[in-house]
Amino acid sequence: MTAPARADAAPLLSVRDLTKHFPIKRGVFGRVDGAVRAVDGVTFDVAPGETLALVGESGCGKSTTGRAILRLIEPTSGSVRFDGQDVLALDASDLRKLRRRMQIVFQDPFSSLNPRMSIGAIVREGLTIHHLAEGSAADNRVRQLLEEVGLRPEYASRYPHEFSGGQRQRVGIARALSVEPTFIVCDEPVSALDVSVQAQVVNLLQDLQRDRGLAYLFIAHDLSVVEHIADRVAVMYLGHVVELAPVEKLYGEPIMPYTQALLSAVPAPEPGVKRERILLTGDVPSPANPPSGCVFHPRCQHPARDSACAKIVPPLEEKTPGHWAACIKQPPTSVSWDDQRAAGATNQPEFFLPRAALHRSA
Amino acid sequence: MTTPLLELENLHTYFYTDTGVARAVDGVSFAVGVGETVGVVGESGCGKSVTALSILRLVRPPGRIEAGSVMRFEGKDLMALDEEAMQHIRGNRIAMVFQEPMTALNPVFTIGDQIGEVARVHAGMNKRQALAKAVEMLKLVGIPAPEQRAGEYPHQLSGGMRQRVVIAMALVMNPALVIADEPTTALDVTIQAQILELLADLTRRLGTSVLLITHDLGVVAENCTRVIVMYAGEVVEEAATSDLFARAHHPYTEGLLGAMPRVGGEKDRLATIPGTVPPPTNWPKGCRFRDRCPYSWERCESEHPPLYQIGGGHTSRCHLAEEPERRQHPHPPLAAQRGATAA
Repeated sequence: MTAPARADAAPLLSVRDLTKHFPIKRGVFGRVDGAVRAVDGVTFDVAPGETLALVGESGCGKSTTGRAILRLIEPTSGSVRFDGQDVLALDASDLRKLRRRMQIVFQDPFSSLNPRMSIGAIVREGLTIHHLAEGSAADNRVRQLLEEVGLRPEYASRYPHEFSGGQRQRVGIARALSVEPTFIVCDEPVSALDVSVQAQVVNLLQDLQRDRGLAYLFIAHDLSVVEHIADRVAVMYLGHVVELAPVEKLYGEPIMPYTQALLSAVPAPEPGVKRERILLTGDVPSPANPPSGCVFHPRCQHPARDSACAKIVPPLEEKTPGHWAACIKQPPTSVSWDDQRAAGATNQPEFFLPRAALHRSA
Repeated sequence: MTTPLLELENLHTYFYTDTGVARAVDGVSFAVGVGETVGVVGESGCGKSVTALSILRLVRPPGRIEAGSVMRFEGKDLMALDEEAMQHIRGNRIAMVFQEPMTALNPVFTIGDQIGEVARVHAGMNKRQALAKAVEMLKLVGIPAPEQRAGEYPHQLSGGMRQRVVIAMALVMNPALVIADEPTTALDVTIQAQILELLADLTRRLGTSVLLITHDLGVVAENCTRVIVMYAGEVVEEAATSDLFARAHHPYTEGLLGAMPRVGGEKDRLATIPGTVPPPTNWPKGCRFRDRCPYSWERCESEHPPLYQIGGGHTSRCHLAEEPERRQHPHPPLAAQRGATAA
């Protein structure tokens, strides 16, 4: 299977058909009655040194995807390969070794640091567990790491409650860096921060990437931050990746109608420019009972949408080089017109790009 | 501006805590005109939300609105009203929309009961009339199948729906002023767009004034006619929205605008504001932004800047208004010079 990857580099991380279903249990005996399809067949690659952003609204499965890759939750099926190793086949001790190379920075800097450990002890823990440094060598390393993330080394003896949100996020980053990973899942790392502090942390992440060649899976819902930091962007909706493209292509010519609506909803910080909006009607359907066919079809604004969209599951296909999208009404598509007609199609695929989806004035 | 609907003059709200007096709102003055939508922006801890609570006199001990603060609303002196008269204003003439709709709604009452309660308390309606009013309001804010929804509980609704319910509740009595405190911060961007559109449409139709508190300058740009920028318990800049974005005067406003990544914007390195907001128990003397400012000089240390008029209703609390040439010589802010950044 060809996968949405960058052609110019062997992937560091390959995710194929990753699926995570949470069983819904009912009654005293915990009878399994259906499943929440949080992640439903997600496929993508991350190249060394690359930032792939995973965007989407709450409940789309982006955080679950990030955690399933690290096996912080066990995926239901699919495969994850990291630098040639099959992550899902590893036993506990091999997994621990691998975690040296794959780290995570969490969203909430208030709940992700143990309040009873000093900053130094938090950063040092990884060094000890992985036998990277001991005694005074470890002390020095901790001081170095704190400096690298822009904190004073003497802060090592202080406790998390003494720090602001931005500072705590820096501690979380230092902790992730301590084991010298090549890949970090950043799960909404700046969402809880004020805009000026957010900018400091975004710059820090970019500096670290440049200096250390880190690859990031950057999970976020803020499309302006993502445009700033990402090389490529994957858009998720109801557990599916519905579009994946280099950042300029995704923001310049979004193909999937959901991406178009998402981009049009971002407020523009230019007064007087009243943006046109694609206002989606209704709410995101429940992932316990997703719509048939294309999961977005009940809210889709594509003029060629018809009953085939409710029947055919659109493949994530390469529409233009490097630009993948899942929509049978946006040409070109591998789903033939005959197949579409057999599924009740009445409208030929026709390229659709509303002005409201564009942020750059042409 | 015509006669303002709401006028604040020298509002001081202090919190008497164990670690000292937190001067959360420290001399705030502004006005909101009839039918106007005014934005209040600033980062966490700058005093935005305490200002909102003060207007409704909902500040609880250890917090206190200090003597000398003036709040006038529809010609009434809010400070002079007793609790009963104040209750008549709350929910009736001034309504509030909170950030987190789940905590603003009572989980054990149906949403019909909760919207209807406003009508029962303020308009003396009976249960049946109140329920009819609730259904009418749910229809107004675009909730499908309002009769059925009125019988449901908050947990049965999505976040966007809940925020619609909170807005419906705020608008029951057709208030003159709606204070919306981060009404869309907890919502996804497509839902945010729906809610802001709804709020703009309703206030346009009903002629309601809105005080929109937010940290998102994009939301301000699209929805507000005028903006008030707050920092460290004070108003540091006020201007018409287009004026503020085109000619930000205060270095803090400049910093906020620069720190914001923009969709479709340049991919330069983001500008940052080094350092953090000082603690409210210990505002620095002189200019409170001094340590984080790239232009500060001796005067900023000794002399607390007043709100300077810089023309066309644009005010700024920065000595640059009198010594504009200093803008030509930026330097690394003190907070950045102190070695490792503190934020």
